Amino acid sequence: MENVVSHDVKQIWTPRILGIFCNWCSYTGADGAGTARMQRPPVLRILRVMCSGRVEPEMVFRALKNGADGVIVSTCHAGDCHYIQGNFKTFRKASLITRFLEQMGVNPKRFVLANISASEGAELTKLINEYTEELLEIGPNPLNCKDNLSFKTIDEKEG
Amino acid sequence: MYTCHCGKNIADVIDVDELTEYAKTLPHVTAARNYKFMCSNTGQELILADINSGLVNRVVVAACSPLMHEPTFRSVLKKAGLNPYFFEQANIREEVSWVSSTNHEGALQVAKDHVRMAVAKVTSNDALSISKFPVLQEALVIGGGISGMYAALALADNFKTYLVESSPTIGGHMAQLDKTFPTMDCSACIITPKMVEVSRHPNINLLTYSEVESVQGSIGNFQVKIKKKTRKINHDICTGCGQCAQVCPVTTPNEFDLNMSHRSAAYIPFPQAIPPKYTIDTNACIECGMCVDACEVGAIDLSQQDEFIDLNVGAIVVTTGNDILDPSGLLRYNYYKSKNVVTGLQMERLLSSTGPMQGKIVRPSDGKEIESIVFLQCVGSRDFHEGMHKYCSRVCCMYALKQARLLKEKHPEINAYIFYIELRAFGKGYEEFYERTGRQYGVNFIRGRIGDVFIQADSSLKIVGIDTLMEAKIELDADMLVLCTAIEPRKGSLDLAKKIGFQCTEDGFYMEAHPKLRPVDTLVDGVYLAGTCQAPRDIPDTVSQAQAAAMRAVNFLSKKEVEIEPYYSIINEAVCSRCLSCVELCPYNAIKYDKFQNVVSISKVECKGCGTCVAACPCKAIEQNHFGERQVFSMIETAMPPVDVE
Repeated sequence: MENVVSHDVKQIWTPRILGIFCNWCSYTGADGAGTARMQRPPVLRILRVMCSGRVEPEMVFRALKNGADGVIVSTCHAGDCHYIQGNFKTFRKASLITRFLEQMGVNPKRFVLANISASEGAELTKLINEYTEELLEIGPNPLNCKDNLSFKTIDEKEG
Repeated sequence: MYTCHCGKNIADVIDVDELTEYAKTLPHVTAARNYKFMCSNTGQELILADINSGLVNRVVVAACSPLMHEPTFRSVLKKAGLNPYFFEQANIREEVSWVSSTNHEGALQVAKDHVRMAVAKVTSNDALSISKFPVLQEALVIGGGISGMYAALALADNFKTYLVESSPTIGGHMAQLDKTFPTMDCSACIITPKMVEVSRHPNINLLTYSEVESVQGSIGNFQVKIKKKTRKINHDICTGCGQCAQVCPVTTPNEFDLNMSHRSAAYIPFPQAIPPKYTIDTNACIECGMCVDACEVGAIDLSQQDEFIDLNVGAIVVTTGNDILDPSGLLRYNYYKSKNVVTGLQMERLLSSTGPMQGKIVRPSDGKEIESIVFLQCVGSRDFHEGMHKYCSRVCCMYALKQARLLKEKHPEINAYIFYIELRAFGKGYEEFYERTGRQYGVNFIRGRIGDVFIQADSSLKIVGIDTLMEAKIELDADMLVLCTAIEPRKGSLDLAKKIGFQCTEDGFYMEAHPKLRPVDTLVDGVYLAGTCQAPRDIPDTVSQAQAAAMRAVNFLSKKEVEIEPYYSIINEAVCSRCLSCVELCPYNAIKYDKFQNVVSISKVECKGCGTCVAACPCKAIEQNHFGERQVFSMIETAMPPVDVE
């Protein structure tokens, strides 16, 4: 498992989070947070998909492999999906993703499933602020080094 | 790659020059520029010139949210003869500069990442053509208050319109009001002729005492199931004579008078109701059958059941209106104990000549003439306590002024006091109205709140409050207290939002697609909003919004064809293993399996482009247009360049 990061690294390092947001609720909510100028650290990159149903577990794994410190998949609230029930399918995939990460020796906290509705900019900001703190505790993604981009070397590195 | 300064919105936080320089280093980028307002004509010309000179054939603009200006820039590409789907927008305003405004370096880094992702996506985008589907040229208006009536009238001049109203009559809250500010004209005189106009319009199909049961389909073709609640009276033969109400032995509180008077179980809400026919309240009816005998035309049928009607419409206008906060929970005002403590809407009924007191200015408890009256603003609005509302209800200041003035006009000797936080007289002619009410009519304004209301032996009230301008405790003897209670989202409004599939804001009102640019649209195309279901507002605003919503719907319906983003999924039969996972997952049943041909196909028309099947396909045989494997993964691959943390 990953080690808790030392104090020095914490100071010079900003976590990088990839957010995969559905167009109708979460992306609109994120826009709302912007319009209301709710401040958060510059950690989040948002990838917009029409529905969270489009999210494949591989997207999360690929993002982590590429060096994201955390991945947030954000859906509508249960029952609010623009496409009737796409988010329910994501809920099911989410538990699989978490379990797979555990089995691969990756801290499962690096993946978060969130529900942000179109009016919940404040909730998004709160989530990002808290998750940033949490990631600072967990430390950088160990895959996130220029010369260590294959799984093999990572296994060796992490023992 | 073009970077927008957005005035100072972006440029103040993100170093746009550096971002532009950075963009030049990205693969496939042949030109990188920045300009103050990319969305302006000059900004668009910049893109046009580069496309026309052959310098660029795909465009990325780093600016605001794509929800705001994606259509704008796509039209630029279209104008230049490029496929509009060769455009991507990197959102560096809502997602970066506005939310991380103090950390300039970090914001630049995130902006670079967004630009890189957008460049990666645009290079893997495919040329798509917009899909077109026919539009059913009929409209549905849900809610028959003032906004629903105006929307229906505006729509019906061009298209067949269904107006669904849950209560037995149209007219909504406005029919309950006495007079309207700031012109002081009689509310009934404005609304009742309109109600008649609605009922007589050849293109309006009025469905009162009906509710929306379910909504299926999407823009241009909604399938709506309407439940027509049973009235136990056949309206085709009812003449509205009122014999049934006269013989009915039941008395039950009259909700039109806000339970301050009584009606029978067979009733008409008010004499001018539309349709002017009777309804039997099944909750109150004891089925004695006296009305059946009394009805000369034999219209009453106690065995009548709810009826379901299926409608197919192209557009929906939602105008379901509002409720009023019940102040019973605010114990200190003693609303639940004293009949002399009333809400603003109850006061309207008391003032109205058709109300329970026939417009006499007397106390509800004992009929004594009123000598002094106190109004309290912001009951439940602008209140941060649990269960209360943070927003301003907008109309209370003005209707309290109006009611105080009505009282003073009839009885100048009455002392009227208005406790306020701020008097918000914001509309056209409102400030002048406030001035005149204060100076000419002598209404007293007290900035402060009421702490306690005591009921005295003669059922008058002792009101203890604070005057925050004088910084003094204040005690008043009053005959009545009017609580200007908050406007609330209607009960069950969330259910309707879920049925149709649009969103509510935090406070429970319906959410518009964009607060400034699309104020009457919802995020569900073809569904429009008007009136107090969207936010508290007064009659002039409601009417203008209703007409705007109707105009949007008319505009859309008159096109005959609707353009839909071509984000549907495509299946590659050669790769498909016929596992049929997708068939079961599709929420729209758009994926069909033909057993005999052994072929799975996706209907372009029925697919709404959620992409669930794409994610689920174990063979990667399904691709979603614009959000396919190549597009999404190219973004993920480039989102996080490796960096050394040591």
